[in-house]
Amino acid sequence: MAFEYAPAPESRSIVDIAPSYGLFIDGEFVEAADGKVFKTVSPSTEEVLSEVGQAGAEDVDRAVKAARKAFEKWSALPGSERAKYLFRIARIIQERARELAVLETLDNGKPIKETRDADLPLVAAHFFYYAGWADKLEHAGFGAAPRPLGVAGQVIPWNFPLLMLAWKIAPALATGNTVVLKPAETTPLSALFFADICRQAGLPKGVVNILPGYGDTGASLVAHPDVNKVAFTGSTAVGKEIAKTVAGTRKKLTLELGGKGANIVFDDAPIDQAVEGIVNGIFFNQGQVCCAGSRLLVQESVQEELLDALKRRLSTLRLGDPLDKNTDIGAINSAEQLSRISSLVEQGEAEGAERWSPACELPSSGYWFAPTLFTNVTQAHRIARDEIFGPVLSVLSFRTPDEAVAKANNTPYGLSAGIWTEKGSRILAVANKLRAGVIWSNTFNKFDPTSPFGGYKESGFGREGGRHGLEAYLDV
Amino acid sequence: MSDRLSVLKTYKLYVGGKFPRSESGRVYEVTDSKAKWLANAPLSSRKDARDAVVAARKAFGAWSGATAYNRGQILYRVAEMLEGRRDQFVREVADAEGLSKSKAAVVVDATVDRWVWYAGWTDKIAQVVGGGNPVAGPYFNLSSPEPTGVVAILAPQESSFLGLVSVLAPVIATGNTAVVVASEKSPLPALSLAEVLATSDLPGGVVNVLSGRTAEIATPLAAHQDVNAIDLAGADTDDGLAKELEIAATDNLKRVLRPQPVDYTETPGIDRMTAFLETKTVWHPTGSLGASGSSY
Repeated sequence: MAFEYAPAPESRSIVDIAPSYGLFIDGEFVEAADGKVFKTVSPSTEEVLSEVGQAGAEDVDRAVKAARKAFEKWSALPGSERAKYLFRIARIIQERARELAVLETLDNGKPIKETRDADLPLVAAHFFYYAGWADKLEHAGFGAAPRPLGVAGQVIPWNFPLLMLAWKIAPALATGNTVVLKPAETTPLSALFFADICRQAGLPKGVVNILPGYGDTGASLVAHPDVNKVAFTGSTAVGKEIAKTVAGTRKKLTLELGGKGANIVFDDAPIDQAVEGIVNGIFFNQGQVCCAGSRLLVQESVQEELLDALKRRLSTLRLGDPLDKNTDIGAINSAEQLSRISSLVEQGEAEGAERWSPACELPSSGYWFAPTLFTNVTQAHRIARDEIFGPVLSVLSFRTPDEAVAKANNTPYGLSAGIWTEKGSRILAVANKLRAGVIWSNTFNKFDPTSPFGGYKESGFGREGGRHGLEAYLDV
Repeated sequence: MSDRLSVLKTYKLYVGGKFPRSESGRVYEVTDSKAKWLANAPLSSRKDARDAVVAARKAFGAWSGATAYNRGQILYRVAEMLEGRRDQFVREVADAEGLSKSKAAVVVDATVDRWVWYAGWTDKIAQVVGGGNPVAGPYFNLSSPEPTGVVAILAPQESSFLGLVSVLAPVIATGNTAVVVASEKSPLPALSLAEVLATSDLPGGVVNVLSGRTAEIATPLAAHQDVNAIDLAGADTDDGLAKELEIAATDNLKRVLRPQPVDYTETPGIDRMTAFLETKTVWHPTGSLGASGSSY
């Protein structure tokens, strides 16, 4: 039984969205060379938030030239000076955190609770962390005088727009590179606000360039001959295309791609804690998370008890206005993503898995999908193999730890996994055998700028975060 | 002096700890720098390559799960066995690379020393590239390097022995298993190295050695879905081939080490090890003792 809550909306008056934005090149907002624009909408209401310049190949060339020109001075600055710019940026983000949280919630559709308490604190922390590295690179274990690569072309997704920007830009700038970044077409606004933060911080022009656009903009950016480094976060399919594009060049590549994370619950796990972890694992950000725990592997002996508790918990989740401070589940990011989720879920039903959702009223406008759970799932089902990137959990069972490990590893992905048990030695043994880059034991979806993040196998290569994250931007 | 007719050796592949001929039954002529016949080496087929991958995958669990100390002992044992066969390798390297006996001896000594260098790395690399991360919360957070898996190695074409060991040893030191494509023109030192590996307590399948046409064997390896990474060192003379292989490798997102200029006589860095390592980060809650509602 869910409690009734009075509406508690966060005020959107804190953010002032202009009716239109240009591309941010060489320190200035400019129109796209061919004058193209596109609209960005709020996924929870379908309201048009702003009209944004759409960068084409000519703009990519202009931005790369600006970044190249800026590279000479930026890379020659003492690390301590670069550090201070990044510290400034971190501080300004903290100052403007509420404004950016509201903006991100409007443009992305995720609950304000998440942008306010997770995205924005992590964004500021990431800049603060890498700021401190800028004048200490000779101690990072990459040689006595590691050099930056040059111009970094960075393409980021829509699920954590500003956080993914921070993961890309902070280490790139700390190591002395300059960047051209393409935000996702459905969430360009926070990156454009970040351009304003660069202005406030007095960042030299051309060091950061922001090019909103679609996939073709990203494709021209990664293919540009004067880009030295390509960093991409997004789908495995696009990641493979990018890897093909850079093959045979000297461009350094890092990819952070899809996942099909297993969340393994053993029979001795504390059930209530595990339920919270499972909910966090798959319904955080509506499941639109590459490291989501989208496959629940539960030991057969506790399956019934766990599923009962899980269903009870799901019935209390509040879905609705993302700006409401009590909202747990926000909107799906776009109509396109919603239809992708719907089609995979339909396929799950068609293949014989059993679908369940709590009673849940969906708003009449916007893009919404109720929290969904599938039982009777086999490893052959598409919903157990493909990344759904939505609030959909596939439940499978196991009898022995070996079977759990074999099932968890039975995927071309290898990004994340969770382990729930009270037995310490079992945690360590299972963690050891899982082929995944990030493993959470008795917790899930924890992030920190000091903690390297990235995948095994087809979840990509390279690490973001920590000392490890510097390597992607250094000539080593 | 004796006019005894010497006994020639039939050079064979090394796959899964055994010494098979190529399943194709093919061989090719290997000559020295003056075009004098040395031996007939197996001309491996794509089926040989696939068999080698199966053997390497089978060996991966035990080798990556062995203690770092154990791997170090075995790599050091390789150096010991090599030292005992020093004269044989001096002769083979001299023939293969057109070197004088004394210059070949320098190369062989450097190769033995390289095994020793990497033997010492097995139980140190995790401390150098891994460690605890000071996250802002009640968690113990540890990053550790783990081997990528099965690594296909195109051994350098010119440096047939020192170059070979310089690319092979770092791959297996960290727990990967390897399928090595020997220098096309000079495969004999690599095929003889296999005999050393087979008598050094190295489990069968950890290293598999193929001889033949680099392009012919490398193509199925680069596209193989159960190969996790590829070192393109031996494709350095053919940019077109290197690019083709890199493109084929994207299909399952293999880690690719592109060809680059390397002076194999120099002491290496750790980059050939880190190229084939993954970083695993594990979060453990720490909780706080005695606090009410603690997760302890």
